[in-house]
Amino acid sequence: MILPLILILPIGAALLTVAGRRAAPWVTLASALAVLGLAVVAARDVMAAGTLVGAHGGFTLDALGALYLLLVAFVGVTASLYSIGYLEARHREAGRVAPRYRQYYPLFNLFLASMLAVPLLTNLAVMWIAIELTTIFSAFLVAYEDRAEALEAAWKYVALTTMGAMIALLGILVIYYGVHHAGQPPSWAGLVAAAPHIPPAVLLTGFVLALVGFGAKAGLVPMHTWLPDAHSQAPASVCALLSGVETSAALYMILRLYPALARNPGIPDANAWYLVAGLISVGAAAFLILQVTDFKRLFAYSTVEHMGIILTACGLGTPAAHLGTVYQLFAHALTKSFCFYAAGLAAITLGTQRIRGSSGLLGSSPLVGWALLLGALAIAGAPPFAIFISEFQILRAGFGAGEYLATGLLTVFIVVAFIAIVYQIGGIVFRQPAPERAPAHPLPVSSVFAMAIAFLPLLVFGFYLPPPLLRLVHQAAALLGGTP
Amino acid sequence: MSPHALELARAFDGFFAALFVLAGLGVIVARQMRGTLYLFMSHALMLSASAVVLAVALHSTHLAWVALITFSTKVVAVPLVLVWATGAKVYGRREVDHVLSVPLSLLIAAGLAFAAWIVSQPLVHAIPARPFAAINLPTGLIAIFFGAFTVAVRREGVAQLMGLLIMESGAFFASISIVHDLTIIAEIAAAVDVPIAALVIGLLLRSIGAVTGSTRVGHMATLHERR
Repeated sequence: MILPLILILPIGAALLTVAGRRAAPWVTLASALAVLGLAVVAARDVMAAGTLVGAHGGFTLDALGALYLLLVAFVGVTASLYSIGYLEARHREAGRVAPRYRQYYPLFNLFLASMLAVPLLTNLAVMWIAIELTTIFSAFLVAYEDRAEALEAAWKYVALTTMGAMIALLGILVIYYGVHHAGQPPSWAGLVAAAPHIPPAVLLTGFVLALVGFGAKAGLVPMHTWLPDAHSQAPASVCALLSGVETSAALYMILRLYPALARNPGIPDANAWYLVAGLISVGAAAFLILQVTDFKRLFAYSTVEHMGIILTACGLGTPAAHLGTVYQLFAHALTKSFCFYAAGLAAITLGTQRIRGSSGLLGSSPLVGWALLLGALAIAGAPPFAIFISEFQILRAGFGAGEYLATGLLTVFIVVAFIAIVYQIGGIVFRQPAPERAPAHPLPVSSVFAMAIAFLPLLVFGFYLPPPLLRLVHQAAALLGGTP
Repeated sequence: MSPHALELARAFDGFFAALFVLAGLGVIVARQMRGTLYLFMSHALMLSASAVVLAVALHSTHLAWVALITFSTKVVAVPLVLVWATGAKVYGRREVDHVLSVPLSLLIAAGLAFAAWIVSQPLVHAIPARPFAAINLPTGLIAIFFGAFTVAVRREGVAQLMGLLIMESGAFFASISIVHDLTIIAEIAAAVDVPIAALVIGLLLRSIGAVTGSTRVGHMATLHERR
C-alpha cells in the first residue's frame, strides 16, 4: 500500500491546490513532507527485505529506485518550502503576482508525482510515460514568468525533450520486445535476467535509441541546449527540481540499462558507450562554463558536466566505480538543488543574474554570498562536501581499474570545471560592489530556511554517511553491476 | 494464417506504410497550417490501418485495441484538443518564410528515408520471427527522422508540433510489428499521454502567440550567452 500512496499524495495535493489557492503552498509542503516520510519507510523496507512489490506487481522498488525516490522526496520538500517565500519575493520585485501563480502549485505537485513514479513503476513502457509526463507538467513551470524569454525557453525545453522522448519510446519498445522474446517480464529485473538471451542487435539498437532519447532529457551533449535556457528563465525552485532530480530521472533510465548491456555476450564494448557519451558531456560543459555570462546558466552547464561524470563513472565498469556512480548521482542532486536555492536568492539580492554586472555579494548579503560560494565550492568538488568524496571515489576507481586515458581526461575536465566555477562565482562574491547599487531586498525567511535544510546533507555526507544510507548506496551500486 | 493470406496482409500493410511515409513527407513540405493538421490526421489514420491489418493477420486483440485507441486519440481527440488549445485562427495561417525550399526539403527527406532504411536493417534481420517487421520498422524509423527534420526546419509552432506528433506515430508504427502485447495499462496510459501532451504544448503555443504576437517559434532566439 505504501508505494501507491507515494503517488496518490501529490496527485491529491494537486487537486486540492486547484481548489484552494491560499492554502496551496502549505498543502504542497504537507504533501511533500508526507511523501518524504513514506519514502524513508519504503527505503528502510527495501534495505531490510530487498525489492518491494505493490499493487499486484504494478509497482516495484529496489535499492537504486529507493535511493532515487529519497532524492526526489527530499528535494520536493525543500523546493516546496523554498517556493513559499521565493515566489512572494519575485512578485514584490516585479510589482505584480505572476499570471501563472494559480497554476504553479498544481503543476508543481503533478511534476513531483511524475518524477516519483519513475522509480516506482514496474513496467518499462509505463515508466517511459512517467518520464514524458515530467516534461508535460513542468513546461508551464519553466514558462512561469510568462515573458517572451520564458516562453522561448519553455518551447525549446518541450520541443527538444519531447523529440528525445519519442526516440526513447522506440528504444524502450525495442527493448520490451527483447525482454518478451526471452520470456521475462518487462521490468528492470526482467531485463537483467533476459539480457544474455536478447539478440545483440535488438539490445544495442534499443540502448542507442534510449541513450539519445533520454540523453536529450538528461542534458547530454549535444542535446543539452535546452538546459541553460530553461534554467535561466525558470524560478529557482523549479530549477532545483529540473537540475537536481528531473535530469537524473532520465539518467536513471540510461544507468539501469547498463547491467543488461554488460551481461549480453554479443556486446563486448558496453562500457565504451558510457565512457564516450559521458566524457563528451563533461569536456564540453567544462569549457562552456568558462564562457558563461549568467550564473543560473553556469549551474545548468554544471548539471551537464555532472551528468557526464555519472555516465563516465558507470562506464568505468568496476564495483568501486559503480559505488562512485551512485554516490555522485545522490550527491549531485542534493548539491545542485542547494546551488539553485542560493542562486535564486542571489538574483533577488543583486537584481540580476548576469555575472559581469554582479559584484560584492558578500557585502550586500553575507548569508547569500556565503551560500553561493559554498554551493559553488560544493558543486565544483571541493572538500569537505559530498561531491568531493564521490569524485575522489570515481577517479580512484578509474585509475585502479587501469582506465588511464578515460580517467585522466575526466580528471582534466573536472579540474577545468572547478577553476571555471570558482573563478566565475568568486567574482560575484568578492569583487568590489558598484557604488550606485540599489538597496538589497529582504530575504524570504522560508527560502533561507529551505536553503539551510538543503545544505545540511551536502556537508554531513561529505564525511559521514549514516550506516543505513551507506548500505542502500552499496545495494544500489550492486544493482548497477548486475547483481539482483 | 496461410502463406497466401499472410502475403496479402503484408501487401496491405505495405500499402498503408507507403501512405504513412507520404503523409509524413506532406507534413514536412505543407505550408498551410490546416493542411499540416489534415496530413497529421491522415498519418495517424494510416497507423490505425496498419494496426488493423496486423491485428487481423496475427489474431491479436491487443493490436485491435491499439488501432482503436490510435484512431480515437490521434485521428479524433488530438486534432480537436489542438484546435481548442492553440485557437482555430492559427490553422488559417500560411508559413511564408522557409528555412529550406520545398525541393531541397524533399531531397533531404529522401536521404533521411534511405538512411532510416539502412539503419533499421540490422534490427530487421535480428527479428526474423516477426513477419511485418521488415515493413514497419524502417517505415516507423523514417517517420521519426521526418518528424525530427520537421522540428528542425519549420519555423511555425504548429508545424513543429506536428513534427513531434509524427515522431510518436513513427515509434508506434515500428513497434506494433514487434510488440503485440503491451499490457492494457500501458496502452491506456499511452492513450491518455498523447492528448495531454497535445493539450499542454498547444496551450504553450497559444501563450507564445498571445505574448509575442506570433506562433513562429523558429524566430525566437533571444536566449544565448550575452557579452
